[in-house]
Amino acid sequence: MSGKVMTMARAVGEFVRDGDTVVIEGFTHLICFAAGHEIIRQRKRELVACRLTPDLIYDQLAAAGCVRKLVFSWAGNPGVGSLFGLRRAVEEGIPSKVEIEEYSHFGMVARFMAGASHLPFMHLKTFEGSDLPRKNKNIKFIRCPYTGKRFATVPALNPDVSIIQVQRADEEGNGQIWGLMGVQREAAFAAKKVVVVAEELVPGEVIRADPNRTLIPGLIVSAVVIEPFAAHPSYALGYYDRDNDFYVEWAKISKDRAGLEKYLEEWVYGLPGRKEYREKLGAEYLKKLEADNRPSGSVNYGY
Amino acid sequence: MADYTPSEMMVARAARELNNGEVVFVGIGLPNVACNLARRLHAPGLVLIYESGAVGCVPDRLPLSIGDPCLATDSISVCSMVEVFNYYLQGGLIDVGFLGGAQVDRFGNINSTVIGDYARPKVRLPGSGGACEIAIHAKKIIMVLKQSPKSFPEKIDFITSPGFIDEVNSRRNFGFPGKGPSLIITDFGVYGFNKNTYEMILQEIYPGVTVKDVKANIGWNVKVGRPPKVTAPPTDEELRIIRQDLDPHRIHLR
Repeated sequence: MSGKVMTMARAVGEFVRDGDTVVIEGFTHLICFAAGHEIIRQRKRELVACRLTPDLIYDQLAAAGCVRKLVFSWAGNPGVGSLFGLRRAVEEGIPSKVEIEEYSHFGMVARFMAGASHLPFMHLKTFEGSDLPRKNKNIKFIRCPYTGKRFATVPALNPDVSIIQVQRADEEGNGQIWGLMGVQREAAFAAKKVVVVAEELVPGEVIRADPNRTLIPGLIVSAVVIEPFAAHPSYALGYYDRDNDFYVEWAKISKDRAGLEKYLEEWVYGLPGRKEYREKLGAEYLKKLEADNRPSGSVNYGY
Repeated sequence: MADYTPSEMMVARAARELNNGEVVFVGIGLPNVACNLARRLHAPGLVLIYESGAVGCVPDRLPLSIGDPCLATDSISVCSMVEVFNYYLQGGLIDVGFLGGAQVDRFGNINSTVIGDYARPKVRLPGSGGACEIAIHAKKIIMVLKQSPKSFPEKIDFITSPGFIDEVNSRRNFGFPGKGPSLIITDFGVYGFNKNTYEMILQEIYPGVTVKDVKANIGWNVKVGRPPKVTAPPTDEELRIIRQDLDPHRIHLR
């Protein structure tokens, strides 16, 4: 085994420090809830949590008091409604005050692009006519030196650590993703440290047999965690479906503070790790989410 | 005539606006239902693009979110969000952008960020997502949202996504590639925009709705096109697809 393969507890313990700028990305797909839960369990504090869509995972982090500041572009429970934990933290300081820094999706995407390219900023055509730049002084405007046209700019985002879930990885952390990719690649290349979480550990030959699918090369990866169902209630295409029922249910669970805290007590603090989380959900429950079989055609890499 | 809800009327009307072969940037909620309804009826060649990076989607269930797995499976292409925003949207490939929001003003500017003061919100909303750039780049914008004096106030609390911005159409001065709002579909009727004043103008009303109803449910003295056309009600076929196939659990059409 390579020295990179480790437990989630060790990866979070070693690579997520209080006060860090942390990214757990994944656009609906491959959101690593297992990492979020471990951060809550280890009671990390004062994090600057960045994500396009905070989703339930940052709702839980904020409700657990881990977050000092949220950097985002769309904060809701998709198709369902509000993120109540986050709103309580932002609006009422419960359990602790969370500051916000807000962009649009394109703005966040461009911040990760700049970060991954190691440029100080990125220019893009958006934000004009919107009130967003008035509320976020990090959104600025420049003139193109070639055409004289005006563009918005956003600063690079270079997280201290990005936690990137993939479907499969080898022990060096070469991670392969298929289906929705979000900004997983940019979030990884932008980060000072990368933790790859994989549903499945595969031999290096499996990666090398299909190199176009490798979004995350092991050379930027510090730690590899192998954790089946690490994304639940998010999903991993080809492994398990999005638990839409849970996303709908979350509105009821999180509506008031007591309900959300009871959930954290029962499903996060009350469990040592993801294995116990899987067991608590039960085989029958997981079976319902199991992916059906839709293999891709294969291609010939021969020459 | 079949019984139907205002949401069903909105979805059916929005679907009719989409032409076969158009490239549509799809949002969550009602627009999602409308696009998938159009695809099942008159526009099988509609190219659905979701900001999650799925292109040419053929969802076999109604996606609860815009990142649902059914959008990737059997799509033409799945790309990263860097590509979808830079190459597809900023690249000028999007014909129609669908947007919703909590508030819209007479110039088609949209608020999906906050009700009340930004720092001390009465209601904090999700924010832009991709809406701000969709409003700027898509060749035309169709909005779908329910109408009340609150959702169509004299002045909105925050401009998340620019429409025409003001009576001189400032979007032109900014050099936006897209032409701006073309249609607003509410639960009372359908609005277009005056070509000189860039103001919303009532063009259609739904069966059973009067101009008086419309005026009682909007925050300013809205201009009325003469005479507003009465929209055809949802057909049995439209209702069957919506109810049986697209939203059987009434998640989107509450």
